[in-house]
Amino acid sequence: MSTPTIGVLALQGDVREHLVALAAADALARPVRRPEELAEVDALVMPGGESTTISKLAVLFGLMDPLRERVRAGMPVYGTCAGMIMLADKILDGRDDQETVGGIDMTVRRNAFGRQNESFETAIPFEGMAEPVTGVFIRAPWVESVGAGVEVLAEVPAADGPDARIVAVRQGNLLATSFHPELTGDHRVHEYFVRMVEAAAR
Amino acid sequence: MSTTPTTADQPQIGTARVKRGMAEQLKGGVIMDVVNAEQAKIAEDAGAVAVMALERVPADIRKDGGVARMSDPNMIEEIIEAVSIPVMAKSRIGHFVEAQVLQSLGVDYIDESEVLTPADEINHSDKWAFTTPFVCGATNLGEALRRIAEGAAMIRSKGEAGTGNVVEAVRHLRQIKNEIAKLRGFDNNELYAAAKELRAPYELVREVAELGKLPVVLFSAGGVATPADAALMRQLGAEGVFVGSGIFKSGDPAKRAAAIVKATTFFDDPKVIADASRNLGEAMVGINCDTLPESERYANRGW
Repeated sequence: MSTPTIGVLALQGDVREHLVALAAADALARPVRRPEELAEVDALVMPGGESTTISKLAVLFGLMDPLRERVRAGMPVYGTCAGMIMLADKILDGRDDQETVGGIDMTVRRNAFGRQNESFETAIPFEGMAEPVTGVFIRAPWVESVGAGVEVLAEVPAADGPDARIVAVRQGNLLATSFHPELTGDHRVHEYFVRMVEAAAR
Repeated sequence: MSTTPTTADQPQIGTARVKRGMAEQLKGGVIMDVVNAEQAKIAEDAGAVAVMALERVPADIRKDGGVARMSDPNMIEEIIEAVSIPVMAKSRIGHFVEAQVLQSLGVDYIDESEVLTPADEINHSDKWAFTTPFVCGATNLGEALRRIAEGAAMIRSKGEAGTGNVVEAVRHLRQIKNEIAKLRGFDNNELYAAAKELRAPYELVREVAELGKLPVVLFSAGGVATPADAALMRQLGAEGVFVGSGIFKSGDPAKRAAAIVKATTFFDDPKVIADASRNLGEAMVGINCDTLPESERYANRGW
């Protein structure tokens, strides 16, 4: 197939890093801020940023409903950090009026790993990858629970007990990570997503 | 057989990547000065990506005179409690104990700020000694690189805080961008002399020449009062804006704050900026920077 065109939701956040990572993973990448720009892409990345700001701007500029329609219609989407929150069917510790696009049957807790002082990086095994990825977690959310159709791709040990925290998931054409591969220069997760986009187009 | 995990396997906090990465998440956004929990909520409602907690906005620091210091920890904690977005707070230049206190309070970013009265007229704080990241002001590239060498994880062009006048913000951002563009044209032989002239480490100078940008996020500050001001700074190359007195010294702070957020995202779309600029009520009065005596120019503080 031809090279897929993948948008990066560019309302706020680390858009540039995702554009660079997608280009390195052999996709055509472009920013998306308007419904007509969304209509022109095969897939979308929702970047890290401040989820309350991104959600508010998506509602104000008429993107929330088109995003939900595209997700329902099977468009592949990858969300990192704030983008993971946007893909969650249910969120905890969000603002009362905070809307999400939804699509992944999961409950995500916002800022679950703590404030910036608790932000960290660590090596994590990622399902299907030979070598661990470096997870950069910044005021990061975690996945509190998932539905039956959701595949867990990565976990980190909990700091305060035996449990592991879910930090990467996939459901159908939707992928989400609590952490930021776009900050590491390691493009394997973006390559994984580009393969998902190519498979969805076949 | 059990193996002892090496440090590389353990989660690392306070790394340069984690500190600089935090600023990357703020890009395209507006960081707003607030003096209490109520204002912080208004800022969050309006779509701010973070708030800067301080006792007096720069316009009032100017008016009141005297020594301006770190804010009361109670006030900072109330703001941390009130909102879910990141909270920044200011320490005086070189006052590393104020910075230690701010880190212990759990603020998400420390602004070592010329808006407060400097505590040290030679040295800035050693920012590598902290896990909390720092943002620092700069009027030119050399100053920005000296702050990054000291550990700053984010830079804001200084402008002239508390004036509501964007002229100095434009001057400083243009200065930084022009100096970066000039470095791009230098060959390797010239970079050593450039480093000497900039009074900055050669390694950082070379990195900027290669990247064509600072190795950390660059915001603009000091004088943004309208949606068009914010969009101007974005078009000039700022990755986001700080708005200090401009919001809560205006007639309708909630509306103006939301308008500046919209204009910051759609900085290249005059229609959106026009719509955002309608019926905002009174802007802050503003000060003509030509009439400011040298001693009242905050941008001169920092070395």
